[in-house]
Amino acid sequence: MEYFLIIIAAIFVNNIVLAKFLGVCPFLGVSSKISTAVGMTGAVAFVMVLATIVTYLLQKYVLETLGITYMQTITFILVIASLVQLVEIMLKKVSPSLYQALGIFLPLITTNCAVLGVAIMAAMNKDFGLMESTVFAFANAVGFGIAIILFSGMREHLDLVKVPEGMKGVPISLVVAGLLALAFMGFAGIA
Amino acid sequence: MASKKESTFINMVLTLFIVTAVAATTLGYIYELTKGPIEAAKRKKTLKAIANVTPAFDNIPSDEIYMLAIENDDSLVCYPSRKDGKLVGTAISTYTDAGFTERFYIMVGFAPDGTIINTAILSHKETPGLGDKMEKKKGNWSNQVNGKNPAKYKLKVKKDGGDVDGITAATFTSRGFVDAIDLAYKAYMKGGKHE
Amino acid sequence: MSKLKIFTKGFLKENPVFVLLLGMCPVLGVTTSAENGLGMGLATTFVLLMSNIVVSLIKSFIPDKVRIPSYIVIIASFVTIVELTMQAFLPELFDSLGIFIPLIVVNCVILGRAEAFASKNSVLDSILDGLGMGLGFALALTILGALREILGSGAIFGINVYSGDGALVFVLAPGAFIVLGYLIALSNKLNKKLYNK
Repeated sequence: MEYFLIIIAAIFVNNIVLAKFLGVCPFLGVSSKISTAVGMTGAVAFVMVLATIVTYLLQKYVLETLGITYMQTITFILVIASLVQLVEIMLKKVSPSLYQALGIFLPLITTNCAVLGVAIMAAMNKDFGLMESTVFAFANAVGFGIAIILFSGMREHLDLVKVPEGMKGVPISLVVAGLLALAFMGFAGIA
Repeated sequence: MASKKESTFINMVLTLFIVTAVAATTLGYIYELTKGPIEAAKRKKTLKAIANVTPAFDNIPSDEIYMLAIENDDSLVCYPSRKDGKLVGTAISTYTDAGFTERFYIMVGFAPDGTIINTAILSHKETPGLGDKMEKKKGNWSNQVNGKNPAKYKLKVKKDGGDVDGITAATFTSRGFVDAIDLAYKAYMKGGKHE
Repeated sequence: MSKLKIFTKGFLKENPVFVLLLGMCPVLGVTTSAENGLGMGLATTFVLLMSNIVVSLIKSFIPDKVRIPSYIVIIASFVTIVELTMQAFLPELFDSLGIFIPLIVVNCVILGRAEAFASKNSVLDSILDGLGMGLGFALALTILGALREILGSGAIFGINVYSGDGALVFVLAPGAFIVLGYLIALSNKLNKKLYNK
């Protein structure tokens, strides 16, 4: 498969948040400000690409070779949890400034289903080699970033608008997210 | 509240090891238990699809499978249906990448002369409410190809100059559907018939 | 807290979906029909109940620092059990829930209950908590699935209620967000009426 097609499909057509519904928790949780949304995106991109590479290799060379693919869920989630820890420790040592920026988001990533979801999708796709999987993971991270940053921009404006009492807060944010998803459906068919 | 157990290096490693070992053993056991039923469920699904797309047969088509090579080094699985030893139809498990979302799989049955008998969707991720209208339980759209012989019936949607009516608002799915049939038909006519 | 309260709090007052806003991915992803919502809800209830039981049973043997990884392994095992069993006995539901079954692992409701409740309470209370929270989750998914199915394809549990096509947008992704938004507004209103007099 062509890399270009993978990238366009993952970012716009099958956007991980707005079309596939993965990573909705951080999408709603850390999107009240653009700056936090950018930080979260950075952390997710980092872990998502790393985790996909490691789990892909494990799936192909360990789980499938030994015929124990039923251990997939346990293995993948442990890999992601340890990677998050590892990245945290390494960032603290190597680049304290980056750690300052991403640090608080890292623990949240273990339970971000976008990371596990992308790892599983890449491992299960018969057409994907290591290169395709890496590109796929990166493109999905970009898609996640675009969705969450656009959404946080819209939420910042929501603060200034008069909203009916009952719809304040989460309900109106979800309706806005729905409209954003509707806009993304316009990309359908370009890939 | 229960008092927290102290964390020493040894008991941490030991605990994690025991938890993981118990988990792995249990899963291995459950895997062995469900292996049979999972195989049976898959087999049942295939046989049901074959029965839907070919005339009544008295052999076990899934025991006589053979592979048909197609262009991109891939191959399709074929299931010949026989009645009293005579070939009455061939079910071919085919797929397409031309659909709206990811690759989807359909089973298509051909009469010995290449006429399409019927089709059955094996698995798909097309949009609910739009693309999934190709499923039999969601409508009879897919029945329009039944009884047609692709030799004189153009396997393309009308938008692309063919004879197939597309599903409204799901042109990609419709294209994928006919593309999958076309793939199977071409392979079948290229010597895929096992009398 | 009385036993009854532990069980019932998950339905409205602390409903994991409408109030705590946990586990949103499957909530939005699989609720294209009432049947899918119910199936996912019950699968999650099973994992939640079993992990609550095991965690409360072994809570005093687990060293504090490795408790989260241990819980994750326990949860992942039950998820795999559900996955294998469903594949064997409910293959059609398995196909339509797809990737969301392994993703039960990262449903924050489950790890959240293990950490916040089961690791501090008795087995009986943890069972009640797991059942209540799980069924509250299942209830929310079924309501959302039923509404989307009625509005979008004119049917409920696959049975037609009106003829015609319905407003397709509700079955598609945007409808999931919009219907959930209104449901949360409704549950906020109900909770305010019932509990904050």
